[in-house]
Amino acid sequence: MVTRFNRRKFLVYGSATLGTSMLLKACGGTTTTDTGEADGGTETAAADGETIKVGILHSLSGTMAISETTVVDAEMLAIKEINAAGGVLGKQIEAVTEDGASDWPTFAEKAEKLIDQDQVAVVFGCWTSASRKAVLPVFESKNHMLWYPVQYEGQECSQNIFYTGAAPNQQIEPAVDWLLENKSKDFFLVGSDYVFPRTANTIIKEQLAAKGGNTVGEDYLPLGNTEVTPIITKIKAALPDGGVIFNSLNGDSNVAFFKQLQGAGMGPDQYPVMSVSVAEEEVRQIGTEFLTGHLASWNYFQTVETPENEKWVADFKAEFGDDRVTNDPMEAAYIMVYLWKQAVEAAGTTDIPEVRTAAYGQEMAAPEGPVTMNPNHHLSKTVRIGEVMDDGMFNILWETDGPIDPEPWNQFVPDTIGFACDWSDPAKGGKFEI
Amino acid sequence: MTTEVTTQPRRAAQASQKRKFMIEAIAVIAIALILIVLMPMLLTGFRLNLLGRFLALAIVALGIDLIWGFTGLLSLGHGIFFALGGYAFAMYLELNTLGEGQLPEFFGLYGVTEMPLFWQPFNSFPFTLLAIFLIPAIVAGLLGYLVFRNRIRGVYFSILTQAALVVFFNFFNGQQKLINGTNGLKTSTSMFMGQQVGSDGMRMFFYISTVIALIAMYALCRWLTSGRFGRMLVAIRDDENRVRFSGYDPTAYKVLVFAVSGAIAGVAGALYTVQSGIISPQVMDIAFSIEMVIWVAVGGRATLVGAILGAVLVNMARSLLSERFPDVWLFFQGALFLIVVTALPDGIIGWGRRQFGSAVSSTLGLAPTNLPYLDDSPEPEAVVETPEFADK
Amino acid sequence: MLEGLIGGLFNGISIGAVLLIVALGLAIVFGLMGVINLAHGELMMFGAYTTFVVQNVAKSMGGIAPEIYVFAALPLAFVVSALLGLLLERTVIRYLYGRPLETLLATWGVSLILIQLIRSISWPMVIGLVIFATLFLIGRWALTRYTDWDRISQWANPIFLGLSVAIAAVVSFLVQSSGSSQFVRPWFGAQNVDVTPPSWLRGGVAIGSALQFPYARLFIIVLTILCLVAVYWFLNGTAWGLRIRSVTQNRGMSACLGIPTERVDALTFALGSGLAGIAGFAVTLLGSVGPNLGGNYIVDAFMVVVVGGVGKLVGSIVAALVIGIVTYLVGSGTIALILPPTAFFQPAIDFFNFFATTSMAKVMVFALIIAFLQVRPAGLFPPKGRSVEL
Repeated sequence: MVTRFNRRKFLVYGSATLGTSMLLKACGGTTTTDTGEADGGTETAAADGETIKVGILHSLSGTMAISETTVVDAEMLAIKEINAAGGVLGKQIEAVTEDGASDWPTFAEKAEKLIDQDQVAVVFGCWTSASRKAVLPVFESKNHMLWYPVQYEGQECSQNIFYTGAAPNQQIEPAVDWLLENKSKDFFLVGSDYVFPRTANTIIKEQLAAKGGNTVGEDYLPLGNTEVTPIITKIKAALPDGGVIFNSLNGDSNVAFFKQLQGAGMGPDQYPVMSVSVAEEEVRQIGTEFLTGHLASWNYFQTVETPENEKWVADFKAEFGDDRVTNDPMEAAYIMVYLWKQAVEAAGTTDIPEVRTAAYGQEMAAPEGPVTMNPNHHLSKTVRIGEVMDDGMFNILWETDGPIDPEPWNQFVPDTIGFACDWSDPAKGGKFEI
Repeated sequence: MTTEVTTQPRRAAQASQKRKFMIEAIAVIAIALILIVLMPMLLTGFRLNLLGRFLALAIVALGIDLIWGFTGLLSLGHGIFFALGGYAFAMYLELNTLGEGQLPEFFGLYGVTEMPLFWQPFNSFPFTLLAIFLIPAIVAGLLGYLVFRNRIRGVYFSILTQAALVVFFNFFNGQQKLINGTNGLKTSTSMFMGQQVGSDGMRMFFYISTVIALIAMYALCRWLTSGRFGRMLVAIRDDENRVRFSGYDPTAYKVLVFAVSGAIAGVAGALYTVQSGIISPQVMDIAFSIEMVIWVAVGGRATLVGAILGAVLVNMARSLLSERFPDVWLFFQGALFLIVVTALPDGIIGWGRRQFGSAVSSTLGLAPTNLPYLDDSPEPEAVVETPEFADK
Repeated sequence: MLEGLIGGLFNGISIGAVLLIVALGLAIVFGLMGVINLAHGELMMFGAYTTFVVQNVAKSMGGIAPEIYVFAALPLAFVVSALLGLLLERTVIRYLYGRPLETLLATWGVSLILIQLIRSISWPMVIGLVIFATLFLIGRWALTRYTDWDRISQWANPIFLGLSVAIAAVVSFLVQSSGSSQFVRPWFGAQNVDVTPPSWLRGGVAIGSALQFPYARLFIIVLTILCLVAVYWFLNGTAWGLRIRSVTQNRGMSACLGIPTERVDALTFALGSGLAGIAGFAVTLLGSVGPNLGGNYIVDAFMVVVVGGVGKLVGSIVAALVIGIVTYLVGSGTIALILPPTAFFQPAIDFFNFFATTSMAKVMVFALIIAFLQVRPAGLFPPKGRSVEL
């Protein structure tokens, strides 16, 4: 009896409490006023004083630290070089480093801190698409500027982000074309379970359908998963006589995948794997024994033969040690600092809108060859396909004649066919029909 | 200490109780005023927003304290309920921002052309408000029922909640087409009551809502734990079999309190999401749910104030330390776990009460404080469980 | 069909073998001692890093060494992890016996520290640690010897601890800022490191046209069986094994009969940790080696122990194999293939296809485990008697 009464009482009181708190919440809205916080706008004192502050926002801890710390090294090298050569607008650059901790909300929090608290002139940062998507609203609502150095899935064109990695038409699409021509028409798609592989594979499937290839299967591994036996069985069942494996796995899973692929007796002659997230640094961690003969598509390899690259690789090794390697995201991170510097010097100020406009058309003789910043905030870049050699470097099998212009909105996906992006013209903006 | 309290004349005890209640009410109101009026003046927008997030996390800590501190159920899966509340609100905001017949933008990435069915109800604000409480409560209740019905408890319960967490994480992470997978849902640029969620005015609104919700949840937990219900929870914690043999049904109590705790976490998740601007499956990371437990342990188990204090302090330390020395944070956090478990099992509040408790209460004219964990024995679990363990 | 069946069985068993070798140490520590060791994965990680170091030494020796380094790495991984486990038991765990929830939180803290340790360990840090240990231990020894320790321990302990930490930190910082860059940089860093199995463990033995059994998998299966036999022999055929079992059954009585229960505890924990080291060695053959290695396995391992029933090795064996086979069947989409493609089975086929990706297979397996525990709450082989509730 007693307990029953009490339980009922609890329910009554409980629902009353819930109701009250709801009411309070609903009423709260009318009482709130704008406190008019002086949230440092965009044209604040970043350039005042002796130095220009720039933000560096990458994961220094957590799962993504593996990749992102190398990019930080490249950015720091560029800043050091620029400072040694006299800085920007006669001032030294001061880097404020923040740790995104491989956690997307933390990225958003730290981005806010860099903009509001430290009042940086620009932020260089992010690696995963998820982290970029998490900070995007911050940069848009504060009208600030982010430079993003990693190849990604496209389908985005923000006025507040400059993308110095490849768009899909500068990495994935040429790779698929090349494979169709040189390897096989049957593709199995393997990826990590997050947005880049999913979107990339959507594009690949559309492209294959348009060009006469077949998607015989696809599968996704959770990040960090190392049990790939079921996937290998699926590949064998779907491609009994060999074919292309298109791999957009990320991080740890790559190691397990390549080790066990070899264990299952599936070599590069019959099952060539084309990777879009495996560069020199990853090759080093996976082990060349498992990778020799497999393929990768990037804009930059350490083996690219340009005088700029020779100098860069030498400088990098002098700074961080002989056993270090350079790769595509690092190169993109390195050149984006320089491109920002050029834009600031062209604008004569660090104010965001002026720098943004001045960035369009900036050219640079990058280690990967000439690059140009387009009004759609992406770089024109050369595309290359390389094969892993015994020493862990890539033998460049094929490259485009010159830089390819970026297409942020994909031209194979039905939703975005016929769309483009041009921020130099206010009438066009982020997504307009050509 | 216990004997002193019970042998005191009853009337004096009641007067002391009443006085205590008054003092507590005044303290709560004072703190609320400080938080709502003073803090916005003192802190910059960024720091105030951080404080708001920490207060939202303090709400989860309350929920954890309710089931762990009082009932002895260590849940390592509260990230689920936190995420469910957050997703419910984020889905409403996503839809609220769109015009008629439009789809959220991310669906285009995966070629989805029709809104999945379960998104539909989130067009309605009243439904969403209910969902923030009810969905986590129902999921928690169901999970709790399945587990407690079989008298699975102790560490098995903890491990199972962790497994459930992995299940939910994988599901949310893998279903890009339904819920946008790893990227999660963003709220900063969504519209709520005609304003952008990320705007300063809205932020202030959510900050104040968080303070109010925190106080409401504190009141709820305080009320739940102070009466007969609360004593039942403590009884279940200390000796479940004896409770059962006395004719009560511990399962029902446990399911109920677990559901309430889930609902509290859901509220916290919703408030946290709008203040951090994003909800993603990452809040169902294993580490995050274990961290929630440590907030409670740092503050002091079975003291609701301790849960709030612990959550705010630990998160503040994290924010400051990881700004300066990102490397050190993990060391620090690890050490925190060790210290709290080995040296300070009663947390900050317990330690404070031991050191200064009698001085404080005598100045306020109160009877000595009644701290469930301290009263019977310093380490009730050790005392209760060692013989069982030993003759296994 | 037969080929498919054998292949499926082999793949399932090979997944199960990895689960089992990972869960074995856990089953001992959890089953025999009631300790929830969330740092088990990190002990594995130390085993894996030991393998990495041994491999590098072998590579630098050249000759036949890189081909046979595994036989040196295996015992070393065991020893390193066992010693670490011993240290852990002596400094933390032994204060927490009988409080499983507390061990859970404490070992989680330990696991965080170990992860960051492997990331940032460098010579300056080692110097700092050594200085700290010496100062603290010698100082305490001196104080307890020459002063009235009981009287001053209340305030002297924290002060002394703080002082040692401060001195060690200052010295390590000075070394850090003065040493050459080669000297001060982290040994391993946050990156994954490359462990390459010797060439005879790469590739596999082909059976028929479509089947190939990878050598690495076969090696792990054999290693798992050897470990099981060894553990079984140790627990049932040696004097220390007898003592461990008796302490598990009745601690008080064992102590009365003169069994050194403290040493038995330490030994049991070290044994479990050492097995984690071996598991760490085993997974280097299959996957990546990095600071996050442990987290990838720990939840799965606990599932094996819980499903198997605590305190029974045979339970863990059966549970690991069943979970392995189910994971494989669901994840590879074999179930959907086996069902006849008629309209009647179409919903079932769609259902299984929905779960036929690796991440969804995990969802399904865990859901099945929770469902299974509805039927057998205490696992496959529940311990009997009235004193078993933890």
